[in-house]
Amino acid sequence: MPDAQSKSQAENSQIPSRDLFDVVVIGAGVVGCAIARRFTLEGAKVAVVEKATDILDGASKANSAILHTGFDAPKGSLELECIRAGFHEYQEIRGELGLAQEKNGAFVVAWSPEEMGKLDGIVAQAHENGVEDVHLVDAKTLQSAEPNLSTQALGAVRVPQESIIDPWSSPYVYLRQALDNGAKVYLSCAVTRGEFDGESWRLETSRGDLRARTVVNCAGLYGDTVDSEVLGDAQFAIAPRKGQFVVFDKAAHDLVKSVILPVPTEVTKGVVVFRTVFGNLAVGPTAEEQDSRTDTSTDQDTLKALIAEGIAKVPALAGMPVTATYAGLRPATDRKEYRIFPNLEKNWITVGGIRSTGLSASLGIARHVYRLYEGFGRRHDALEAPEVPKAAALAHLLPRDWMSAGHGEIVCHCELVTRREIERALSGPLAARSMGGLKRQTRATMGRCQGFYCSARLAELTAEKFEQPVSEGIGHD
Amino acid sequence: MIDRALDSPLPIDVAIIGGGPAGLAAAVELKSRGVKRVLVLEREEQAGGIPRHCNHPPFGMREFRRVLTGPKYAARLVARAQKAGVEIQTLTTVTDVYPGGELAVASPAGTHLISARRVIYATGVREAPRSARLISGARVQGVVNTGALQSMVYLKGRRPFSRPVIVGSELVAFSALMTCRHAGIRPVAMIEAGPSATARWPSSLLPRLRQVQLHTATRLVAIKGARSVEAAVVSGPDGQEREIACDGVILTGEFTPEAALARCGHLDVDPATCGPVVDQWGRCSDPVYFATGNLLRPVETAGRSWAEGRKTGEWVARDLADGLPQPAGSLRITTRDPLLKYAMPQRICKSQPAGGMGEIQMRVTARVSGNLVARSENATVWRQALNSRPERRIEVAIADIVSRVSEGTVEFSIEEAAT
Ligand SMILES: Cc1cc2nc3c(=O)[nH]c(=O)nc-3n(C[C@H](O)[C@H](O)[C@H](O)COP(=O)(O)OP(=O)(O)OC[C@H]3O[C@@H](n4cnc5c(N)ncnc54)[C@H](O)[C@@H]3O)c2cc1C
Ligand SMILES: Cc1cc2nc3c(=O)[nH]c(=O)nc-3n(C[C@H](O)[C@H](O)[C@H](O)COP(=O)(O)OP(=O)(O)OC[C@H]3O[C@@H](n4cnc5c(N)ncnc54)[C@H](O)[C@@H]3O)c2cc1C
Repeated sequence: MPDAQSKSQAENSQIPSRDLFDVVVIGAGVVGCAIARRFTLEGAKVAVVEKATDILDGASKANSAILHTGFDAPKGSLELECIRAGFHEYQEIRGELGLAQEKNGAFVVAWSPEEMGKLDGIVAQAHENGVEDVHLVDAKTLQSAEPNLSTQALGAVRVPQESIIDPWSSPYVYLRQALDNGAKVYLSCAVTRGEFDGESWRLETSRGDLRARTVVNCAGLYGDTVDSEVLGDAQFAIAPRKGQFVVFDKAAHDLVKSVILPVPTEVTKGVVVFRTVFGNLAVGPTAEEQDSRTDTSTDQDTLKALIAEGIAKVPALAGMPVTATYAGLRPATDRKEYRIFPNLEKNWITVGGIRSTGLSASLGIARHVYRLYEGFGRRHDALEAPEVPKAAALAHLLPRDWMSAGHGEIVCHCELVTRREIERALSGPLAARSMGGLKRQTRATMGRCQGFYCSARLAELTAEKFEQPVSEGIGHD
Repeated sequence: MIDRALDSPLPIDVAIIGGGPAGLAAAVELKSRGVKRVLVLEREEQAGGIPRHCNHPPFGMREFRRVLTGPKYAARLVARAQKAGVEIQTLTTVTDVYPGGELAVASPAGTHLISARRVIYATGVREAPRSARLISGARVQGVVNTGALQSMVYLKGRRPFSRPVIVGSELVAFSALMTCRHAGIRPVAMIEAGPSATARWPSSLLPRLRQVQLHTATRLVAIKGARSVEAAVVSGPDGQEREIACDGVILTGEFTPEAALARCGHLDVDPATCGPVVDQWGRCSDPVYFATGNLLRPVETAGRSWAEGRKTGEWVARDLADGLPQPAGSLRITTRDPLLKYAMPQRICKSQPAGGMGEIQMRVTARVSGNLVARSENATVWRQALNSRPERRIEVAIADIVSRVSEGTVEFSIEEAAT
């Protein structure tokens, strides 16, 4: 991926290419990134179009970062199949791509006799789902594994392989691998309309036209909009569901080792206490229906309730400083299941409604979608020796950049982000072009001081780089 | 410089984490008392601490007998330390502290483990960010603390917005105002949740303050905006919510010690000060470590922090030469009264109570008029009239308490308080 060209791609210029792509992927959320990678590795000529300045700016911006085993996914569902396949592939590629994973397992904890009554069913379903190592544990075993958990816990289901991962570095490297092997990405590029001539699509975008034999709609929170405005027909409507989180200081990290899940209800999977791979402990998410597809605001009462719930489950969280608060939006629909529809007549595949398990399932979804594509009669020769990039090592158990000489300086003191990391994130085909993008690529300002110490240095290092600058020179009025 | 000091085989007598006024003062004092190798580890490009970006007077009266701006003051502190033979390692971050004075250190040259006979922990305070204040609303660009604004304006010649709302009215809010002025930023309002301004504003500065309206009894309810700040939703004395159009929010004050190393390490942290638990010499739960300056508690001036640092230098020199009394069997000082923010030191070593800090420092959380009371074993052992307000210094002589209690816990509270 020649840098000069990538640079011009990143600018708001017209798309230079008149090429016909085998596949255009609309949307660079985690699902679009994984699909771009899969199709590229299979030998297709791929372009990814993303309307935001940076990738992962929609639903994939904020989640719990749990790599699910699928133990509690709906029986026999496509979601289950994709989660299982995704989990499996993640294990396969994590070494070569340098992906973070902490396989500390989970406990589904029962806090009441009613919940105790549901545990057997959870184990049975897990076994049916093929997650055989799931088993019951009594309160004593739970307490000795998680001594800081409230003694109100009555018992639990142990899920040994539930894991936590880096929710941004993984999808970044998926897309990166596609780009390194010939795919193109067009950022700040919204698909607005399209025309299918029986052979191929002409997609109108904010940066010019793009031609594709097949289109895969991975527009997440806008999956229905893209289907109705470009394909001309949407079979579902997105009903965004917000999830708020509280992230506690790194001092809380060791209080809990496993992911602490509640017994789910009909409506929600409930509030989880979990470690992050960055060394924090977090509580969330809530599940709040809303109309807005962009509003990720947090609200004080909800955050206080989350803190209280965290303290109820892990009493030692009382008085623990809060590092961050955030919210994400699930691209939910009126139904629980994934809305993946191949449209054979129109060479179009909709990958929608990837509501609350997309991070785990993305690699599996990508394989499934590729099979659907093959069903269109398309064949390519898989790449024999694809380029294998390395993910940014931001997780605290990976060798971090600040540990090796020559990083220039530590810019963000709380998250120990180096100047070399910042400079890297500001260059190349996926160069950060917003503060959000830079945060996701480096973690700068995401620590306990939230930019008190490093905002100024970052303002200087990012000057003239962002579409929406963090600051301006005092000189000009 | 970077490699030389860390790789030198000479034993480090005292390593100082943080080269602000307190750390540098301690370093100079140690050198003046003949301590051989004193190494200051500072993670910024330059030592000097917070005053480096407080480009306004008054700094330096106590230290240099003249009125200086923050940056000039910081430069003088550094020059004085260098002249005294203190080694200052900049761009060097202490990433972990371990028992017995072992420190993990990261610099552009990589990571090192160093070991010192004593460690002085002097990492200062910062302001609470938006997240820790649990502020509702859109999480958009344009919400900064005073410290970040000052560094942006004074160290980098940049500004993040042009019409912000200033939240808070501690003295630092005035610094925010001055900084805005300097950068051509025009604050649209200053809001204070309390019934009146927190700080005793210097009357000479009031005219300048008057150009921005101060709304007391007014709380920030939420921040609005799509990509950057568009309005601050506030609730006034009448409980009505209204919007103030603005393009930024400056969150001032609500200081908290930068005590990450203690929290994530082996040193006890006081939930009240949010700094390390110390005795009257500033000795931490691991007696090889001494804390000083604003890390001890929020918040004092540079001059006070500097003076504390100098004292700490003296005590550590004494500890190295003769040994301070053993910390075993100390009195515990606590407070659970919500009207009292903290009491520091949290332990008093009784075998030699006269040494060290001399006073217990406290702050109230709201306006108080009543009695400050010390209780031990359910009996009142000391009482004194108290009229105070938030962010006003309160000091109680350690000797007064120690003469009345010999062991166990002393708990401070407020009695008959009308707030
Ligand atoms: C609170 C919460 C917690 C979660 N926890 C977990 C978890 O622990 N584990 C897990 O596996 N999953 C979790 N998830 C689910 C996961 O985050 C989602 O399933 C996933 O992010 C969906 O990704 P996506 O690619 O489908 O959508 P998105 O990330 O929304 O991507 C769609 C992209 O398309 C772009 N786009 C839209 N319209 C257009 C257009 N017209 N032209 C060009 N581009 C367009 C958007 O800008 C966006 O970048 C959680 C989700 C939330 C909200
Ligand atoms: C925004 C703000 C404005 C202020 N304005 C004023 C004012 O106008 N007047 C006034 O008198 N006081 C002011 N203060 C109070 C200020 O705390 C004191 O002036 C003084 O700086 C305290 O000195 P210190 O040495 O304790 O800490 P600091 O000055 O904060 O110095 C601490 C030093 O430790 C370094 N450090 C921290 N962690 C590490 C680590 N892990 N490794 C290596 N180095 C580390 C920091 O980089 C810093 O240089 C202000 C404080 C703040 C936060």
